[in-house]
Amino acid sequence: MTSAAGVTPLLDLRRLTKRFGALVVTDDVSLTVLPGEMHALIGPNGAGKSCLIGQISGELVPDSGEVLFRGARVDDLSIQARARLGVARAYQVPRLFGSLSVEGNTAISEIVRSRSAFHLWAPAAGQRGLQMAAAAALAQVGLQGQGHRPSAELAHGEKRQLELAMGLAAAPSLLLLDEPLAGLGPGDSDAMVGLLRTFKGRYGILLVEHDVEAVFALADRVSVLVGGRLIASGAPEAIRGDPAVRAAYLGDDFG
Amino acid sequence: MPAPSLREPDDAPPEDGPGSRRRLLRAVLFALLLAALAVPLLGQPYYTKLVARMAIFAIAALSLDLLVGYGGLVSFGHAAFFGIGVYTAGLLPMLGIRQAVVIVPAAALAGALVGCVTGAVSLRASGLYFIFITLAFAEMIFYIAQGLRMFGGDDGFRLPAATLLGGELSLGHPVVLAYTMIGLLLVFIYAGRRIAASRFGQVVVAARDDEGKLRAIGLSPFPGRLLLYTIASAMCAVAGVGFANLVEYVSPASMSWIQSGEFLFMVILGSAATLVGPVLGAAAYVGLEQVLSSWTEHWMFWLGVILVLRVLLLRQGLYGLITGRRGAGGA
Repeated sequence: MTSAAGVTPLLDLRRLTKRFGALVVTDDVSLTVLPGEMHALIGPNGAGKSCLIGQISGELVPDSGEVLFRGARVDDLSIQARARLGVARAYQVPRLFGSLSVEGNTAISEIVRSRSAFHLWAPAAGQRGLQMAAAAALAQVGLQGQGHRPSAELAHGEKRQLELAMGLAAAPSLLLLDEPLAGLGPGDSDAMVGLLRTFKGRYGILLVEHDVEAVFALADRVSVLVGGRLIASGAPEAIRGDPAVRAAYLGDDFG
Repeated sequence: MPAPSLREPDDAPPEDGPGSRRRLLRAVLFALLLAALAVPLLGQPYYTKLVARMAIFAIAALSLDLLVGYGGLVSFGHAAFFGIGVYTAGLLPMLGIRQAVVIVPAAALAGALVGCVTGAVSLRASGLYFIFITLAFAEMIFYIAQGLRMFGGDDGFRLPAATLLGGELSLGHPVVLAYTMIGLLLVFIYAGRRIAASRFGQVVVAARDDEGKLRAIGLSPFPGRLLLYTIASAMCAVAGVGFANLVEYVSPASMSWIQSGEFLFMVILGSAATLVGPVLGAAAYVGLEQVLSSWTEHWMFWLGVILVLRVLLLRQGLYGLITGRRGAGGA
């Protein structure tokens, strides 16, 4: 299936449904992310946003429906196989390799990307290929010069940045970002919005976020998930004015 | 640009006293090596055998540290591979094979093969289940050895002939055995350090830290862990060849779960994920065993007390006692 513009969507979810017992966490959800598009997913707590991301990355298996990446079904592929195709995920709580340095964390992405995980004799430290890949990824997220620091000692916002760098070092085409602004102070939050803006047009991005101001400032398209169901999808201005969305999520006093 | 550091922070010099504690560790290790090399020259077989025993268990503990420390894979069945080495050294002479150049690689290969097959199953499980599956496999191999009636069953059998290094040199001679095992230990320490610092080693540590995250980056932790398990099994089997020559006896006891527990004791006593820590742990364990058992028949009780004290007082084991590291590394 192609969109109206004749472009094959990078990500294409078709009638995805996921239940946990009687609870329907994803209810017949269809949505697309076009190449280079930033598609934001908003909705109240418990709307099933993280569960939806999990079904795209492969960590959760939907009960029915299809996940297509670049027009091909990936439903049967493992997490790692989807990642190798170009899907990178950043978690709500950043997940890092805590005993490795900042540079060591990005180096893992580069080792996986270059399929050199079985080089078991040459010391990894000081290898130019790894250093350059790490430096490039860290510079993209504003962590340049921080490579030597133990990742466990980073501040919360820096951990977010590092997880993004790990994703970028894997050379993805689709970023699944789960609340990249959560828990950040105002300054860090502004910096992260600035950083996300630099990703626009370069990656297809599915952005789950509670900060609706940031979402309306950044996104090309906004979808609203309530109770596992998409209740609206469209341009930010249209969503902002949608009475159903205002009633279900944004509230009447918003913007 | 700051110095590259892909190594673990574990491996970095401690903050207090820039590098001086690190130098202290080097000095202690060097002094211990010199002492180990000097003891056989005294011409006292008892002490020479003690050094050989330390080196043999140090190799076993070092190989287990690759799994426990770096891989985060707590195996409770590592003695199975030790026993496979013991039986290789005991059975091959019956076929007329006595040369170390055949027996040592054969033991390593046998350990690697059994490690690869049992690891392929064990590594499907994680955490507590992994511990139990490794224990179960070791018990199976133990009962197979016990069931070998023609080879003495539960009693085992006397080593038919010592392993020959070549010419007049026999591992049956304590001095030759001690120097050979020290030499192999040094080779394995070097190899272990290379592996830990390699891309492979970094990925293994990453899998230990968060295997789900490694998957999300595009790599299954399984193949790397299987290779690590295979390497560690092969190393431990080589230690078993030394043990058969030391005690001149081949028996299922060498692969009992008690032996597996002792290997874990050595790793924890010395501090995991440091390689030299478990080597120190093995030497200390063997030394304590000798000293305590000469004082009291309840020496196992006192070893238990020492393990409790180590866990409560020394965050980084003997390794941390020397380097002064007070990391949050736990075991």
